[in-house]
Amino acid sequence: MRYGLVALTLLCFLLGGCSEGVLNPKGPVAAAERLILFNSLGIMLAIVIPTILATLAVAFWFRASNRRAAYLPDFEYSGRLELLVWSIPAMTVLLVGGVAWVGAHDLDPRKAISSTAKPVPVQVVSLDWKWLFIYPEQGIASVNHLMVPVGTPISFELTSSTVMNSFFVPQLGSQIYTMSGMVTRLQLQADHAGTYPGLSTMFSGDGFSDMRFAVDAVESDDFARWVHEAHESGQVLDPQSYTELAKPSQAVVPFTYRAVVGDLFSGILNTASAADDPSQRICSTSQRAER
Amino acid sequence: MNIAVAIDSVPQAALPTTSEAGPAPKRIVVAYGFWIFLLSDIIMFAALFASYAVLVNSTAGGPAGARLFNQGTVAIETVCLLFSSYTCGLMSLAINSRNRLGMYLAAVITFALGAAFLTLELREFAGMIARGATPQRSAFLSAFFTLVGCHGLHVTLGLVWLVVMMVQVAVMGFVASVQHRLLCFSLFWHALDIVWVGVFTVVYLIGVSP
Amino acid sequence: MNLLGKLDWSAIPVHQPIIMGATAAMGLVVVAVLGFITMKGAWLYLWREWLTSVDHKRIGVMYCILALVMLLRGFSDAIMMRAQQAVAAGGAQGYLPPEHFDQIFSAHGTIMIFFMAMPFVVGLMNFVVPLQLGIRDVAFPTLNSVSFWLTASGALLINVSLAVGEFSKAGWWGYPPLSELQYSPGVGVDYYLWSLQISGLGTLLAGINFVTTILKMRAPGMSYMRMPVFCWTALATNLLIVAAFPVLTAVLGMLLLDRYLGFHFFTPEAGGNQMLYANLFWVWGHPEVYILVLPAFGVFSEVIATFSGKPLFGYRSMVAATMAICVLSFLVWLHHFFTMGASANVNGFFGIMSMIIALPTGVKIYNWLFTMYGGRVRFSVPMLWSMGFMVTFVIGGMTGVLHAVPPADYQLHNSVFLIAHFHNVIIGGTVFGVMAGYTYWFPKAFGFALDERWGKAAFWCWLIGFYLAFMPLYLVGLMGMTRRMQHYDNLAWQPWLVVAMVGAVVILGGIVCQIVQLVVSIRARDKLRVTADPWNGRTLEWATASPPPAWNFAFAPNVSGIDAFWNSKRKRREQATQDEPGPVRAYEPIEMPKNNATGFVSAFFAVLIGFAMIWHIWWMASLGIVGAFVTLLAFAFRRHPEFEVSAEQIARFEQAQEAGAAP
Repeated sequence: MRYGLVALTLLCFLLGGCSEGVLNPKGPVAAAERLILFNSLGIMLAIVIPTILATLAVAFWFRASNRRAAYLPDFEYSGRLELLVWSIPAMTVLLVGGVAWVGAHDLDPRKAISSTAKPVPVQVVSLDWKWLFIYPEQGIASVNHLMVPVGTPISFELTSSTVMNSFFVPQLGSQIYTMSGMVTRLQLQADHAGTYPGLSTMFSGDGFSDMRFAVDAVESDDFARWVHEAHESGQVLDPQSYTELAKPSQAVVPFTYRAVVGDLFSGILNTASAADDPSQRICSTSQRAER
Repeated sequence: MNIAVAIDSVPQAALPTTSEAGPAPKRIVVAYGFWIFLLSDIIMFAALFASYAVLVNSTAGGPAGARLFNQGTVAIETVCLLFSSYTCGLMSLAINSRNRLGMYLAAVITFALGAAFLTLELREFAGMIARGATPQRSAFLSAFFTLVGCHGLHVTLGLVWLVVMMVQVAVMGFVASVQHRLLCFSLFWHALDIVWVGVFTVVYLIGVSP
Repeated sequence: MNLLGKLDWSAIPVHQPIIMGATAAMGLVVVAVLGFITMKGAWLYLWREWLTSVDHKRIGVMYCILALVMLLRGFSDAIMMRAQQAVAAGGAQGYLPPEHFDQIFSAHGTIMIFFMAMPFVVGLMNFVVPLQLGIRDVAFPTLNSVSFWLTASGALLINVSLAVGEFSKAGWWGYPPLSELQYSPGVGVDYYLWSLQISGLGTLLAGINFVTTILKMRAPGMSYMRMPVFCWTALATNLLIVAAFPVLTAVLGMLLLDRYLGFHFFTPEAGGNQMLYANLFWVWGHPEVYILVLPAFGVFSEVIATFSGKPLFGYRSMVAATMAICVLSFLVWLHHFFTMGASANVNGFFGIMSMIIALPTGVKIYNWLFTMYGGRVRFSVPMLWSMGFMVTFVIGGMTGVLHAVPPADYQLHNSVFLIAHFHNVIIGGTVFGVMAGYTYWFPKAFGFALDERWGKAAFWCWLIGFYLAFMPLYLVGLMGMTRRMQHYDNLAWQPWLVVAMVGAVVILGGIVCQIVQLVVSIRARDKLRVTADPWNGRTLEWATASPPPAWNFAFAPNVSGIDAFWNSKRKRREQATQDEPGPVRAYEPIEMPKNNATGFVSAFFAVLIGFAMIWHIWWMASLGIVGAFVTLLAFAFRRHPEFEVSAEQIARFEQAQEAGAAP
């Protein structure tokens, strides 16, 4: 079965275009998720393929014109068959269910990626219709372009300035919703240098199709150099320039800000949700996307 | 070509269980259908309750329940509504014994009590709105006004229904369809009582406890 | 104060040629149909026999007609989207600007689910359930008519949105904040909300009707475990309707309050909670998909048993599985938003529950398999649809289980892989099921069969077209394409999307085949005439004439086992070898409910209220509410709601049947 799945992936590559998707992971999260996908698919195919073949075979053999087939007009119950019929799906569900439970915990978006490198925090804000990435430790920000050092966990905090969006880099791992007034968390890591496409997967309006960004994973020195260069030019990101940025625009060409004034991310959070009320800081729902 | 002609000679009375006894009489069918409707209505209220529970602390810097609710008024409203259920029950008894005067009397008292409930509730709403606690102020208030208001809307519709039923009895007498509808009305009225118990527990008691 | 609220001439989208073209086409069709009816002088007949009918058979047929008409509208949206995505690659923008494309995908989902799939399954249940239960009509015939007309009102409002104003651009779920007034200030979302509230009410009332009918009104002797499986699936479906639709009413009502009165249920400011909407919507939404698929399962149970010449395998198991699905469908809703940020325990729980629900579904597939085993399988058109279902649905179910694994969903959520999955199960399940049911019960409803060759052509086009249209989407989803994209950069996706478009065209061929099939069959109806039992059926609907008389059965059938009709046929064959004929009973007069206009008039006021609320024409809305109330009063004060079918009339009908049936 494993060979079959490898074959499937190769086939996909040969047909072209798989290079930028879920089947070509470039980080530990995406790799683990692809493995889970293949394992689940394998378990399911082991049931589904025989079932489909049996269906076609039985229908063909017992066709009315086939006089050789036995006619069993009273065959309408068999305890043993019932047991089989309930237990096959049950065992499948047990197996895949185990994969699901363990996987949901291992790949919880909030769970830190185990690594010797210190995580780089990035704050993400989805706007109409572009992405803003704030690097609080580096003191710069970037629009529609995410630069990350290879082999380093990136610790995302995400929110939205407007409607619901969903931050997704297929080759690096999970997606997560962005919602105004709330913070969601995600950890990703790129293990190989390269450029990976990113997008929003939650429809957010007319400019949705252009809400794409590139993720550049580079060596640490290149990353440091990029940060340094970003400091040299560009605007300062303060509440005023942020308000400018927040105005609706589409297909925004990537650019950077050379400095970020104060804790803009918290400011964005608080503006979205009527600041003064302390009860707003606590999210009373069970989904635990934090405010 | 009808199978019954050729084959079936089993007399109806020989059939053992309710599920095999054939279609139920109209009275049972109507009441059962109305019960199912009431259950669906309660599920709608459940969704409103759930929303209230989620939003109860989302006061957006505005007033919370403790500051707004007057337990005394709520107590009177509750007494009115529960007592109106009692008088509705008396009305059902009067209908069963074809006692027209008793029925009209009980209906009038039921109506009056229901109207009293509504008046108090509307006054509560008006008072809150006058103090700036409008449903547009916060999510909590939106949820409050919707949940309690939806119940109040049901009570209003119930009162309208009661009037129509009294007119029906006057015009058509105690024919079967009118009796069925009166039965449905009293089911409805009692169900509103049950929902109110839920409302004052969740909204006015629990929501306000320290 | 503006007398027409927000409505003025700018509401007509004169500067959008595609929309104006579609409106013109729609208008032409309407005029043609009305003209045709006028030409045939059929208005009085139509009014008396169909529009005011409270007969479940007529109402069922009208539901199915509504569904087929809306299939054309929903499918046009589909083919437009496929065409757009086939060309809008690289820097190309395609022919549909975002404002239009966004309305199209929102309308496509809304129409297909609410005005194609729902009416079709409700229509089939309407027609078949009372016949299979051996009774004369549903519990509340006038309410049944009201339900249909409210559904039709919702459909009408959506069609009006094409010509006057716009439709929602917030997708068929209408998530806030996008659907709130701030981000959707136009009338589009209002059309969506009112249309669904009105038709939702109709559906809820139908649910109440059918639950009561199935539980309280079955033929004598038909205990629960002697009911046909289609009635069991109908029971489960309608229980789901009764339990789920009130939640939809509540959540859409809350969004309406936000939009109309400035409430803050889901707004970003003042404490609103957008996650609440997602939860409530999908608490309805997941049972909804089982509402769509369970009747299809019922159809397949009937068809596979009938065309294998064998009883359904594992009746008790099938009943248990059906009711298990009914209950479990309420425990899985969170799998529609695993990526909203819930904890691992929550995601894991709902993932496992979602898989557990695959268990009873898998059991059903095996039971159908064993039904065919040892049978004599006839591959008529309904059986072909069933075979197509068994293969296609299993694949779709498999991808569903993949989605149920949270970490897999983290990458596949909202991609076109997801689109492929749910079309896989909805088309493979619901659509194939209603097509099978349509072909299977058409002869019963109209007295003549559908042309077999065109039916087979339609099936193959649908099957091949489906695979061409959706298998590429699985691949493209894995390549990273998300849903609802009006254009995209990655040229590698394009060839697959072109294949998908070809698939859509093949499906169009299938639809054309079905239209031709209908025309051909109607023209050749004398040659295609059938008796009461054209398929050698097993259940009671085949015991009465095709089409059945208004009263369905002259005598209430007495049932002593599962497959009541099959048993009685067998008994009759045995008795025919004996000499004594069975005792003959005298016909007795039957009371039937009178046709009345309550449903139609309610619809009129519903459309009025909906349209007025959408455009903020408050006086018109008030008038509509008053009108609806008056209609209710008119119904309540009816003096003689029933009429009597005399014993002579029944005798004449039965004699004509026997004369026609005699060789």
